[in-house]
Amino acid sequence: MSATVNPPVVFTQDELGWVSWIEPLPEAELTERHYAGLVDRARAKSEYFRLLVRDPEVLEARTKTDKDIFYNVADGLPRAERELAAAATSRYNGCIYCASVHARFASTYSKRREDVQKLLDEGVKADLGERWNAVVKASVALAATPIAFGPDNIRELRGAGLDDAEIVDVINGASFFNWANRLMLSLGEPSK
Amino acid sequence: MSTPDIIDTLAGIKPGSALDAIRAKRLQARENAQKSYLSLFEPIDAGEFSLLERTAVAAFVTGLHGESPVATFYRDKLAATAGGAALVKAIDVEIARGKTSGPYGSFPAGPLSIENTAGLIYRVDAASKSALGNRLSAGLEHAHLLVFRPRDAASTDLKALLAAGWSTTGIVTFSQLVAFLSFQVRVVSGLRTLAAATA
Repeated sequence: MSATVNPPVVFTQDELGWVSWIEPLPEAELTERHYAGLVDRARAKSEYFRLLVRDPEVLEARTKTDKDIFYNVADGLPRAERELAAAATSRYNGCIYCASVHARFASTYSKRREDVQKLLDEGVKADLGERWNAVVKASVALAATPIAFGPDNIRELRGAGLDDAEIVDVINGASFFNWANRLMLSLGEPSK
Repeated sequence: MSTPDIIDTLAGIKPGSALDAIRAKRLQARENAQKSYLSLFEPIDAGEFSLLERTAVAAFVTGLHGESPVATFYRDKLAATAGGAALVKAIDVEIARGKTSGPYGSFPAGPLSIENTAGLIYRVDAASKSALGNRLSAGLEHAHLLVFRPRDAASTDLKALLAAGWSTTGIVTFSQLVAFLSFQVRVVSGLRTLAAATA
């Protein structure tokens, strides 16, 4: 709702802001029910979360789903490749804000910043090597409507060395970003 | 748990199966995807977005993704909701009119403009509008935007919803519902594909 919005026109790994198009709840009006929905109290500082907390129960469940899919690395797919699935989905759907956050995470955890930038610059057909190509291609196939994910994607993921538990992490991570992208893209806009 | 896990049910995951064990490793995600479903379809307060509207939008959104156990589930749910049976036909008509392939749409003007892809700008048919009403019709038009061309979304689209009688909080829940279903239908499809490739 701020007066000066400076929207980015390219995909970037830089930190971006996000500005809501409709009124978030003022921080002073948040109750314990809202803080439960925010999960982390610090999220009260974020315009995005203070908007979503208008429905606290849905936000709480969404946030806990998100955290387990991405942060639970006791087993399964390395964090870097879960972030890659998120970044590829965001690149394909066109969410510059989501792509910026998860491209940064993918770079941090993989130490392959240039490959991540190649995904942002060239798009989802960029050649990132067999394993990353398989993850990106599977994420893109899942993001298409109608859904294009099929047995070939499973074969390619297995061929690239992923076991079934890791494939489920790809499915969860990519699918989750079809949730996140739609909120970020339709309730406000990124600003540099 | 009183309600069976909806993703497991729709994906056909049986207790004790290999995928059941894999899903159990992401227990918090599994439980909270379920809580997301329950908080959207069995909410504490449906004052800003009625149960009938929720199920009608869900049947429309999942139907736009094509025939699937998920689409059938929400179509049946609409038919079983008070006032819903009368809307099933109009929703089916609108699904047929709205079906296309996505994502498409425009990027902010600049280097990405070469990736802009044109596609259907869906509007509810006049005949369906009389069955669905202005408010729900505006909802379906916004849902179609979110499903197929989310990158086209603009502040004017939210103004259109506000003008059609949606509250700010109603818009938040509406957006969560469409976005959640976009997740749910993909997890179910992905898990079914994996199960079939393992059998």
